[in-house]
Amino acid sequence: METRITGKTIVVGKNIDTDQIYPGRFLAITDPKEIGSHCLSGVDESIAQNFPKGGIVVARTNFGCGSSREHAPIALINMGAAAVVAESFARIFYRNATNLGLPLIVCKGIGSEVEAGNTVTVDIKAGTVTVEETGKVYPCDQLGEQALMILEAGGIKPLMRKRMKEKKQQ
Amino acid sequence: MHAIEKILAKNSGCERVTAGEIVTAKVDFAEINDLYLQTVYSFYEMGGEKVWDSTRCAFVFDHYAPAPDIKSAANHKEMREFAQKNNLKYHFDTHCGVCHQVMPEAGVIYPGMIVVATDSHTTTHGAFGAMGTGCGATDMATILMTGELWFRVPEIIEVRLEGEAKPGVYPKDVILEVLGRIKADGAVYKAIDFTGSYVENLNVAGRMVVCNMAVEMGAKTAYMQPNEDVLQYVKERAERPFEVQTTDPDFKYEESFVFDVSAIEPNLSCPHSVDNVYPLSEVVKDGDVILNQGYIGSCTGGREEDLEAAARILKGKHIPPYTRLVVVPASSEVMLSCMEKGIIQDLMSAGATITSPGCGACLGAHEGILSPGEVCISSTNRNFPGRMGSNQAKIYLASPATVAASILNGKITDPRQYLDELK
Repeated sequence: METRITGKTIVVGKNIDTDQIYPGRFLAITDPKEIGSHCLSGVDESIAQNFPKGGIVVARTNFGCGSSREHAPIALINMGAAAVVAESFARIFYRNATNLGLPLIVCKGIGSEVEAGNTVTVDIKAGTVTVEETGKVYPCDQLGEQALMILEAGGIKPLMRKRMKEKKQQ
Repeated sequence: MHAIEKILAKNSGCERVTAGEIVTAKVDFAEINDLYLQTVYSFYEMGGEKVWDSTRCAFVFDHYAPAPDIKSAANHKEMREFAQKNNLKYHFDTHCGVCHQVMPEAGVIYPGMIVVATDSHTTTHGAFGAMGTGCGATDMATILMTGELWFRVPEIIEVRLEGEAKPGVYPKDVILEVLGRIKADGAVYKAIDFTGSYVENLNVAGRMVVCNMAVEMGAKTAYMQPNEDVLQYVKERAERPFEVQTTDPDFKYEESFVFDVSAIEPNLSCPHSVDNVYPLSEVVKDGDVILNQGYIGSCTGGREEDLEAAARILKGKHIPPYTRLVVVPASSEVMLSCMEKGIIQDLMSAGATITSPGCGACLGAHEGILSPGEVCISSTNRNFPGRMGSNQAKIYLASPATVAASILNGKITDPRQYLDELK
């Protein structure tokens, strides 16, 4: 896992639910690239098309609330997001994103400190978010032990593959 | 310990568990709905071969019931093939209804169990004294492979509901009141235990409405101590022996919120956030809210009690021209019973469109999608932008009686105008 991630940002508001991240009308789609092309279209249909590769989504509180659809983190990853920094996250979305290896960083008050287009650096080990334009550094919550373990393995899939292989060898 | 902690302790083989701790617990029943073909993909990507127990997991095809397009039909086909290959004991195809209604009806939900489903509204099953929680596709695939899932033991908050509801005030109004106070992120990662005299006297359907919307506050799970109604319901249906868990008298809640139910009025959750709740009287005070569509259905508001409340208001009347009312029974059992009682006939005679049981337009998949500029009043659970179609449509959430009264008048209307019909 990359522990330092630098990217250009887009900024969204509070309670960005998974219907806004990935609207219901696209749920039957299974191709990840196509899923990515509709990311955040409930907020603004032009976001995915213009998203900077390796960029970072910055949000206010309760990002990912609502439906449990895993399409939401699949969309973010395939749109090119390298991380999401928010003031808080909804629970199921947090698990889904972590399982797929997308780091979610909780950073209190960050929603009003970043402007769209700013470049930020997330340092997961140090627990900081730096806004490059202003040089300001914001402390963020440390990842939980379980989330860190899954992210370090590259997501739950490699972790489970390893577990299954070990089980077979026994 | 709290009953939820006892359930988690029992299923993880621990004597006790405490909030914040990570445990790996056995899942008693796992359900996959038809938005989650990714579960099958993740299962094979992770090296899955056969599901851990063919009697403890099932597909429910409810979000695309029946398939509205080629893509969802193809997804169903792949899921059916997976179910057949694994020889699953239970399978709920497109005729059955919404998973959270279908599972209790089939007897796979009972007190003291852990149920995990690929649906956020799995908190519904707290109504039965079960621990229900939602997950995504890949978490579900790990359950199908191992029969277990890791959980963070949640902090538990108490929502104490005391007193009796006034006539014309429904469980939906009560949970909207709670949501308006606790807000959309007030219970993130936590469990909500609904207690108090209102809950003790509440029937199964009402309990399901309240627990269903716990997730709209971010809750991991909801709980209600089973009452006689619940025990009667599960005794008639439960497919396995069960043990009711009880919270110890010395258990300390992280926080308690107390509500006087007798003071609650018909409520509305206004666009575009579920916690944007106001008493109906306050919303219409500033002018009429003209409606294009009424919608009665979903795991929140599509049960027999909901359709019956609407039919009482609509019987012998007709909705105005240029409006529409879409009614989606939550399950085939609900629909059959409503047909026997003449409820479906009353609704259709009043101008309602009845669709097949399932999730319908609640999530904007099909059967009642909204156009830009339209306004809908709905007995469902979410009014996010674009939830039922266009981002430029507006959704008000209300009780089924409020939906019926409102669409009958073509504008948002207090159902207590029809109190005689409601008795």
